[in-house]
Amino acid sequence: MSFPWAKEYQPASPLTKWVDERLPLPRLIYNALGAGYPVPRNLNYFWNFGILAGLCLVLQIVTGVVMAMHYAANTAVAFDTVEMTVRDVNWGWMMRYAHANGASAFFVVIYLHIFRGFYYGSYKAPREMVWLLGVVIFLLMMATAFMGYVLPWGQMSFWGAKVITGLFGAIPFVGEPLQQWLLGGFAPDNAALNRFFSLHYLLPFVIAGVVILHIWALHIPGSSNPTGVEVKTESDTVPFYPYFVAKDGWAVGLFAVLFSIMLFYFPNQLGHPDNYIPANPMSTPAHIVPEWYFWPFYAILRAFTSDFFFISAKLMGVMAMFGAILVWFFLPWLDKSPVRSSNYRPLYRKFFWFGLVPTMLVLFYCGGAPAAEPYVMLSQLAALYYFAHFLIVIPIVSAIEKPLPLPYSITESVLGNDEGAQLRPGHGATEAVHADAAVNPPLQGA
Amino acid sequence: MARILSILVGLFFTLALAWSFANGAYTQITQPPAVTAEHEFHLAPKEVHFASDGPFGKFDKQQLQRGFQIYKEVCSACHSLSHVAFRDLSQLGYTEGQVKAIAAGFQVPGVDPNTGEANMRPGMPTDYFPKPFANDIAARAANNNAIPPDLSLMTKARHDGPAYVYSLLTGFRSQEGFRNAKGQEILKEFPDAKTPNGLHFNPYFANLNLAMAPPLTSTGQVEYGPGNPKPTVDQMAKDVSAFLIWTAEPKLEKRKQTGLAVVLFLIFATVLGYMAYRNVWANQKH
Repeated sequence: MSFPWAKEYQPASPLTKWVDERLPLPRLIYNALGAGYPVPRNLNYFWNFGILAGLCLVLQIVTGVVMAMHYAANTAVAFDTVEMTVRDVNWGWMMRYAHANGASAFFVVIYLHIFRGFYYGSYKAPREMVWLLGVVIFLLMMATAFMGYVLPWGQMSFWGAKVITGLFGAIPFVGEPLQQWLLGGFAPDNAALNRFFSLHYLLPFVIAGVVILHIWALHIPGSSNPTGVEVKTESDTVPFYPYFVAKDGWAVGLFAVLFSIMLFYFPNQLGHPDNYIPANPMSTPAHIVPEWYFWPFYAILRAFTSDFFFISAKLMGVMAMFGAILVWFFLPWLDKSPVRSSNYRPLYRKFFWFGLVPTMLVLFYCGGAPAAEPYVMLSQLAALYYFAHFLIVIPIVSAIEKPLPLPYSITESVLGNDEGAQLRPGHGATEAVHADAAVNPPLQGA
Repeated sequence: MARILSILVGLFFTLALAWSFANGAYTQITQPPAVTAEHEFHLAPKEVHFASDGPFGKFDKQQLQRGFQIYKEVCSACHSLSHVAFRDLSQLGYTEGQVKAIAAGFQVPGVDPNTGEANMRPGMPTDYFPKPFANDIAARAANNNAIPPDLSLMTKARHDGPAYVYSLLTGFRSQEGFRNAKGQEILKEFPDAKTPNGLHFNPYFANLNLAMAPPLTSTGQVEYGPGNPKPTVDQMAKDVSAFLIWTAEPKLEKRKQTGLAVVLFLIFATVLGYMAYRNVWANQKH
């Protein structure tokens, strides 16, 4: 892809020319992260989280590979090998804390990245495929993180595995055999630990593969932007290098500072103390809670406390927990509004800030709280709005809403005027153009 | 059509949740959950400070040595310390000779070189602290059916761990007449909550009744060498808590020192990065 004004890669030396003719890898990089990729000039800091997510994936793979060198996936020694890594391996403590907190950092970044997508309508045409692949990555991340948390074989590892794999038991007819097949036994034990380790090592590379597809799909239409108006002319964009390399560069620095403060000064803040107790199948912890990044979905799972007609509460909870994420796959088709950015959607924006955002915060809070009142009732109300938001509010609001006038172009929104604006229909320099024509111009280039 | 379908699915989930909510609210009103003695009388750990607290915190080695002495003379009778080796004690400021002597003072499982039979031999610096009981069954049999937990990670395995250990050790008291902040007396409010025989009342323990008898009971129970503070129960509890901070996180000092250098460097690099960003974008409106 690219816009017609994108710079073309010019090999600087005979050697790079030789390489370019045989394997145009430098050209690929140039077009993806170099001067060959024109990017809307008006991106705000929410657009930094894609790069940060990529960085987190690399961090997790590097620290994870080192951790795996010292780990043994055997229930008799798994806990001890992790402790040994922390105590006796050079810089092992840092690797361990970086890996454990790196998972949290990865989810912080991903949640902000998804938030950006929700608010600015990044999931809409022509970027549906980018969005779908992103949801796939999120699901893979959750599976990877869950299995990774089991590996140290502490109390929360064991009981978390037991609760989550137990969910499959709620599926009618095939549930119990399926659960036993997944675990390789009746309860989490050596067989489960071994396969979790194997998959925990495999899935990050699957994620890396889907990330490549995600970026590939992104580069077909190019990045979205805070106005949601598509790129029209060269003045709407700046080349990725040097502009966004510089902007991402300092954002990476800021992220590294915050992450290091977490890693070196509060390394156990986000973990549960019970996971420093070796797994004991005979002793159930007072409160079984997953890691914080699962809390909203855990709250949804526990919100279903009554059977609904012939469906058991447990099955409802399981369907809702998975459904809460699966519904994201349908988002591009549930939200039919032609306007992407919520900045220009006065009605939807209210539902977003006063509905979805507080709902997510309540679900986060309740998922980590004990399964008692008032937390259960709170999460019931929040989960109720969560499903209503995606399945009822979004389709209706997108049909009845009258969006605000959009700027004619990115350049106009940045500079207040646009030379290219003379080309636009009607010629009137300040009158704004509505919805469809502005948002969905024919794709430039190919 | 798709819109109607999505609204129907939405109604399915929202109605199921409304139904759960209504049932929960009804139960809450008709049968409010009973208040428990644990809920009313459990105390959060006391406020206590250690030399290792804070971003510049360092271990007080003298205190760690005192704490080790408490572990050795009191705790080790029942509690293992399985992740700590004698060689690690050099970090407390003991010389190589002292570490060897300490190790030799413990009997560890070995093999008779002549007969190949299992025996006990004096410990060496490479050995780990031996377990006081051969297995869990032996531990239960000797401790009124409770297993004394391993202490190596104790201060990380409880919320607010160091303060918890200190509070627990100094928190034993008579249940008779014990009142909470509201002025309620436990045995008057909850006559059923009377501590069973063989257990010991301690409001800092999650369910208020602990199998462990008060381990630190009187000043001078352990004799500290010259130049050390008076071994009161409070001082001994603090010292052993400090020691258990070290056993749970022996790399704490190194972590904080490394962190300082890393964070300062990254702040410097980030400021440079920010200036580069401002410079690159100087002539571009965005």
